[in-house]
Amino acid sequence: MSELIRKNASELVEMLAKGEVSSVEITQAHIDQISKVGDAVHSFLHLTTENALAVAKEVDRRRASGESLPALAGVPIAVKDNLTTTDAPTTAGSKILEGWIAPYDATVVTRLRQEMMPILGKTNLDEFAMGSSTEFSAYGPSKNPWDLTRIPGGSGGGSSSVVSSFQSPLAIGSDTGGSIRFPGAVTGTVGIKPTYGAVSRYGLIALASSLDQIGPVARSVLDAALLQDVIGGYDPRDSTSLKDSLGSMVEAAKSGSLKGKKVGVIKQLSGAGFQQGVQNRFAEALKLITDAGAEIVEVDCPSFEYAIDAYYLILPAEASSNLAKFDSVRFGMRVTPEGNPTIERVMAATREAGFGPEVKRRIILGTYALSAGSFDKFYGAALKVRTLIQRDFDAAFANADVLVSPTAPTTAFKFGEKVADPLAMYLNDIATIPANLAGIPGISVPIGLADEDQLPVGIQFLAPAHKDAALYEVGAALEGILEGIWGKRMMDFAPKLEGN
Amino acid sequence: MAKANLMDYDKALELYEVVIGLEVHIELNTKTKMFCGCKNDFGDEPNTNVCPICIGLPGSLPVVNRKAVESSISIGLALGCSIAPTGGFSRKNYFYPDLAKNYQTSQFRDPIAFDGQLDVEVPSGNKFTVLIERAHMEEDAGKLTHIGGATGRIQGAEYSLVDYNRAGVPLVEIVTKPVFGAGAEAPELAAAYVRSIREIVKALGVSDARMERGNVRCDANVSIRPHGQDKLGTRTETKNVNSLRSIERAVRYEIQRQAAILSAGGTITQETRHWHEDKGSTSSGRPKSDADDYRYFPEPDLVPVEPSTELIEKLRALLPENPADRRKRLAAEWGFAEMEFRDVVNAGLMDFIEEAVAAGAKPQAARKWYSGEIARIANSEDKDVSEMNITPAQVAEIATLVESGKINDRIAREVLSAVLAGEGSPTEIVSSRNLEVVSDDGALIAAIDEALAKQPDVLEKIREGKVQAAGAVIGAVMQAMKGQADAARVRELVLERANQ
Ligand SMILES: [Zn+2]
Repeated sequence: MSELIRKNASELVEMLAKGEVSSVEITQAHIDQISKVGDAVHSFLHLTTENALAVAKEVDRRRASGESLPALAGVPIAVKDNLTTTDAPTTAGSKILEGWIAPYDATVVTRLRQEMMPILGKTNLDEFAMGSSTEFSAYGPSKNPWDLTRIPGGSGGGSSSVVSSFQSPLAIGSDTGGSIRFPGAVTGTVGIKPTYGAVSRYGLIALASSLDQIGPVARSVLDAALLQDVIGGYDPRDSTSLKDSLGSMVEAAKSGSLKGKKVGVIKQLSGAGFQQGVQNRFAEALKLITDAGAEIVEVDCPSFEYAIDAYYLILPAEASSNLAKFDSVRFGMRVTPEGNPTIERVMAATREAGFGPEVKRRIILGTYALSAGSFDKFYGAALKVRTLIQRDFDAAFANADVLVSPTAPTTAFKFGEKVADPLAMYLNDIATIPANLAGIPGISVPIGLADEDQLPVGIQFLAPAHKDAALYEVGAALEGILEGIWGKRMMDFAPKLEGN
Repeated sequence: MAKANLMDYDKALELYEVVIGLEVHIELNTKTKMFCGCKNDFGDEPNTNVCPICIGLPGSLPVVNRKAVESSISIGLALGCSIAPTGGFSRKNYFYPDLAKNYQTSQFRDPIAFDGQLDVEVPSGNKFTVLIERAHMEEDAGKLTHIGGATGRIQGAEYSLVDYNRAGVPLVEIVTKPVFGAGAEAPELAAAYVRSIREIVKALGVSDARMERGNVRCDANVSIRPHGQDKLGTRTETKNVNSLRSIERAVRYEIQRQAAILSAGGTITQETRHWHEDKGSTSSGRPKSDADDYRYFPEPDLVPVEPSTELIEKLRALLPENPADRRKRLAAEWGFAEMEFRDVVNAGLMDFIEEAVAAGAKPQAARKWYSGEIARIANSEDKDVSEMNITPAQVAEIATLVESGKINDRIAREVLSAVLAGEGSPTEIVSSRNLEVVSDDGALIAAIDEALAKQPDVLEKIREGKVQAAGAVIGAVMQAMKGQADAARVRELVLERANQ
């Protein structure tokens, strides 16, 4: 059983096709792993393992009767708890939604169900995806399987830890400023933020609508590609959804190559000031990329200096409006205060009790940024910076096929280290935020362990909008080179968790 | 609430110049709502035409109703507006329980249509050009019912019920530029303007345009300033004016109220006021100031509407005859005297008469029945002609029955009352009540003989030239026939007899 959980999704697909294993066996193996390490890692907020087994059974039945099945049928998956599901609560990591069961499935969830992938449960996140560590989850943080005293990244720490602790081969994340890629980097997994609009947001509880994008979390680039091909594609229910197909990510991953590629190193994100071990691994990776036949060029993106400032105005502005609907009237928590329960007082009491500190901080920030007196100075100025960042990318991509940087300045930090210092926390996303502001795709691929703490380091590739395939191509190539050098996979370096 | 002081209207006009501005909300009659597939029918059982989108459940996303866009463009074109090549949506943020998302999605910054004008004629025959600033799309809010209070307002209510059937119903808001120079006719102009808008959207077929059902709603801005003063006076915005008559009354009331305040040295408070039809007065609503902060920002969940030139030209080609042109044409076709036609227009009878004429009535007969009878009865019952239980085709039927001599005017009025009382069609009533006039000459001649026997000198008087002597015989015959005779035919027969 235990080797089943260490298999990549692509391997499970092959084994299922050859009849070497059943979906029920695979699903049960992961459920067993959840029982063993689930409490220690705290990846899941809700489990739907019974439904997962029922789907697995149905997949096995159909396979036995010779029916054709979708590519990932029978391969288990976990879903971030800010995506609506009809068979489990959807809380977005907030008390204000505790126990709420959506009357509809998110488009991505519908596609997973159509693919007949057993959904194991809903994964933990910082409240409404606001955070980089899961420490802002109202239900307690998830742990990093490499070191349980450290954060698994955020906001998608549930999804990154579930995959890196072998509780699921695949997971769904959402990335507003790095919430897929940063957790991927600090847990030694692969995380992708597709082009804005490549994956439908219908059913994703919005943090910042113009920045949010759903994407795959996996242990290999090919696995992520398999998943993006399932969840991606036009959805008429999301007006911002892209109508044109982006092509096959799986084909791109399989053809993985760096030969002849122009790879741009972003001057502003070349590692200066980053943790030494991160810099070392990044420098080695650049050498491997060159050795593989790519040309390294330096690109200048001067406006990136203002990216975090702009991001922390645009995001809270949109979030303050998106979160206004949590008012106790139609769904979710309702707190009735003492005295005359007018609607204003009930709304205020509910929001006071239901939202955590980071959510309140950003609502206040966003409300201020949009208010009449400060709109131009803050929100308006941030939109201008956003345009400048897009121009920086346009100029950079005129000279390079893809851009690279370390995914994050540091490896996984310890719980409590940054939670009291919002600005320090926000800096984790310095390399990931520009992609969200520009709507372009980005991938984080593990490139080894930092010398000083033996914790995972990730490299980020960025590509022009709609060129997601390019990320899979170069990401898979680098991953293949590294695995060849190591003679094993990244996750094989991870310490064994108790019961593993 | 103390009754406000009012200045004599003529005196007010002598002292002050009136400036009005009108905001008219048109509820579109699309099959579905503005941003979701729910039925656009809020008369149904409360909260039955709702879905995750229009009640603002977490994760749901709006999609623009194409038909609503087309209707809005048609309205814009009919008002002579330019159509914006790209019309984005904004969020207007404020907390209120009838607003599911606690923001309203509206084209605040980017109206789909702008810079139009409408020529409006008031009852005196004076014509004014009203400049249209913009026409933009937005969604309606739900409907609140406050239970347990004395006033039906939220203040003092024990609890309130929300019906979200109306939430997300598509609206087009048409905003005028300030209208100067109407003087004493400002109230009439306001009503005539709204009537014209109503005619236009009805002719376009984009709205049911029933004011009593709230399909057309008007907010009237009124300000006054001493003659010769450049600076505009402080305006009030009167809401809840649900009929043409109340628009006129409300504007007149505001002019008199504001004049009384200013002339007494007071100042006008910029505020929303509510019109009370029963009391014929306005009362203070909430204070409104330009500092109202709705934190507008671009709606990130929608892409801007970009109507193609082809679509705009297609819709332009489909525009029905402009109501003003139509009035000119009908006036010529019907041959009414100028005063007659103006009365018809002012009484809102043009459509009915046109339909009755189309159904076979002579224009003058249709006019006579509508202005003389039906409008009079409607007025005495405090109803709109459209609410009367008779169709234009039935009016035409009555007119034709009279024309052909089957019934006379007196009986026709009896038939009309019976139709209004729901007894059936005019022909059915004539036959069931046995009202058809006696057109059998034999029966009439017998009655004439009988009458002549009693008044033998009549024939001699007629032969001597005293034709009026026939009246006595005609009267006797009509009496004998219980009124169901064609008096003209009786007269003919009597004269024939005298000349034999
Ligand atoms: Zn709906």
